[in-house]
Amino acid sequence: MKEVELNTTTINFGPQHPAAHGVLRLVVELEGEVVQRAEPHIGLLHRGTEKLIEYKTYLQAVPYFDRLDYVSPMCQEHAFALATENLLGINVPERAKYIRVIFAEITRILNHLLNIPAYAADIGAVTPFLWCFEEREKLLEFHEAVSGARFHAAYFRPGGVHQDMPEGMEEKLFDHFKTLPKFIDDLESLLTNNRILRQRSVDIGIISKLEAIEWGCSGPVLRSAGVAWDLRRSQPYDAYDQVDFEVPVGKKGDCFDRYLVRIEEMRQSISIINQCLNKIKPGPISIEDNKITPPKRNQMKKSMEALIHHFKLFTEGYRVPAGQVYSAVEAPKGEFGVYLVSDGSSKPYRCKIRAPGFAHLQTLDHLSKGHLMADIAAILGSLDIVFGEIDR
Amino acid sequence: MTYDILITGLIIIAQILAVVVPVLISVAFLVYAERKVLALIQLRRGPNIVGPFGIFQSFADALKLITKENIIPSGSNKIVFILAPIITMVLSLAGWAVIPFAPGWVVSDINVGIMYLFAVSSLGVYGIIMAGWASNSQYPFLGALRSAAQMVSYEVSIGFVIITVLLCVGSLNLSKIVLAQQTVWFAIPLLPMFIIFFISALAETNRLPFDLPEDESTLVAGFFTEYSSASFVLFFLGEYASMILMSSMTVILFLGGWLPPFDVYPLNVVPGVIWFTVKVIFILFLFIWVRGTFPRYRYDQLMRLGWKVFLPFSLFWVVATSGFLVYFDMLPN
Repeated sequence: MKEVELNTTTINFGPQHPAAHGVLRLVVELEGEVVQRAEPHIGLLHRGTEKLIEYKTYLQAVPYFDRLDYVSPMCQEHAFALATENLLGINVPERAKYIRVIFAEITRILNHLLNIPAYAADIGAVTPFLWCFEEREKLLEFHEAVSGARFHAAYFRPGGVHQDMPEGMEEKLFDHFKTLPKFIDDLESLLTNNRILRQRSVDIGIISKLEAIEWGCSGPVLRSAGVAWDLRRSQPYDAYDQVDFEVPVGKKGDCFDRYLVRIEEMRQSISIINQCLNKIKPGPISIEDNKITPPKRNQMKKSMEALIHHFKLFTEGYRVPAGQVYSAVEAPKGEFGVYLVSDGSSKPYRCKIRAPGFAHLQTLDHLSKGHLMADIAAILGSLDIVFGEIDR
Repeated sequence: MTYDILITGLIIIAQILAVVVPVLISVAFLVYAERKVLALIQLRRGPNIVGPFGIFQSFADALKLITKENIIPSGSNKIVFILAPIITMVLSLAGWAVIPFAPGWVVSDINVGIMYLFAVSSLGVYGIIMAGWASNSQYPFLGALRSAAQMVSYEVSIGFVIITVLLCVGSLNLSKIVLAQQTVWFAIPLLPMFIIFFISALAETNRLPFDLPEDESTLVAGFFTEYSSASFVLFFLGEYASMILMSSMTVILFLGGWLPPFDVYPLNVVPGVIWFTVKVIFILFLFIWVRGTFPRYRYDQLMRLGWKVFLPFSLFWVVATSGFLVYFDMLPN
């Protein structure tokens, strides 16, 4: 018997590639057009966030979290704020909790409004992308109204939120989320029952229940595999125990299920926001302890003590009792966790960030094996990869 | 004697220019129209800066592209690399020689016109294969392989569609095909074939949802990834010119060419060339509309559609049509 050596083609997919979602570099080994191996090479967007945070006070660390997964900034601030509050042993006021939930859900819709059309664009449909961007723009205006920034909000702070929602905002939110379900219907009319989209996504990149758990998946990727695991439900933080919502679950764990789970999550988010808007009451938006949250500006003009607090907060920061904590939130992409170690100083001793995308990206090789080259783009899109959080 | 040859030559050149120049200009406006229609579908404005309503955008783009540096990759086969876009461009223009725009408005009224058109559009794949091979790079190579397979597969069903039409006409001459539709356009009795032809035309011109050769989400830009400047312009022009050519072919085979929809007073005084243009624009609009709406097929799904759905179906229709014609003794002489 003569040994025959099969020749495979190796293709360098990215980092400069229209479908590579940021700076992903994939080394793809093809036999014909069938994928034998897809090896992600990461690190091209590494900024050393975790190390940088060790040299910043707790308040200064907040903006770094916006820059991790830049598509869903507020949810990540949320995780850090919760971790810090846990170490400090404080409890934020009711109104702050509701505001946080409202904006965490707006962020979730923002994220899915980017991911769903990006997925569609990866398999060739460009129109949803532009439709969704218009809708995102309207939502980003709410971000801007509360924080002054569209993306890098730095709005959720340890101890509450930075400032109250402007007057009339609740009505505006209410009106907007009346129209959004119509938009989601329109979006679905273009995608969900489209035969080509179904042919491109049903049975592509299947991940089983067990595999999803073993690979450390979370969020829509885990739920699409049929595991009803949602941190908002299993360990409610802030006001999530006050609202009623359903956790959409898939059956097969293929790309189409992941798409459907995300669509349904947007509808659930709208319902959560509406419930919060009905329940929210006027009140303080951050704890009234000037050792942790800065005093009001007009107080500073009159009170010596307020001025000293302000000076201390913005030079040294506040000291956090020694200890360690892991707190996680259900970010749009999955479980986003922050592991904080404090040595009692005003700067974290260590801050480990658990990004959901990192775990999802490592399943790529497993998911794409045996599929065609074109499916890699579809699988990548359905995993919702954003490089800001993977490389940190 | 020589004087006669000179005159004939000049007339031929004038005829060619009279076809090629309007075609190239309409390519420019097709690109503009595509961007505008896509913009409307996608709820945005589209080009609106250069000239009134951005109407000169394509000319500005062409100028920009032509003045750029023409990069030829060092690893490429230079002759083939340069030849490929030229072939694509020339072939997409050559087909126009037999297209009748109105009664008698045709450069060369040969009696195997449809065969010529079919042959020319089949040759189009050579430009793409040469481009993919000569680039000496993986993405263009994959794009070229896909393109070859795709165009060959869909030409088979296009061939059968054309045979059905020919059975009803009894001639290979394009003007005669148009005149045979005076009572009813072939799109009505042969509706399924019309649909198959339109879809195959999308595949033949590498348009969405069949634009696999240039599939930007996996192959960057497919077979013309390595092209820039003027050679890119040639590919671009060639692609759009063949799009218009395929639309004209659809109009001639199924929508009655230059004939008005009904032979009644206000409609039949409109010149034939205007009817022809209106119909071509309608088909082109469908091309763009499809692009704005659908995702892209995967390579194997595309092949399955071509070989397992279109081929048997069109073959069945050839047999059914000829059986029908023979049984009712309606075969044209």
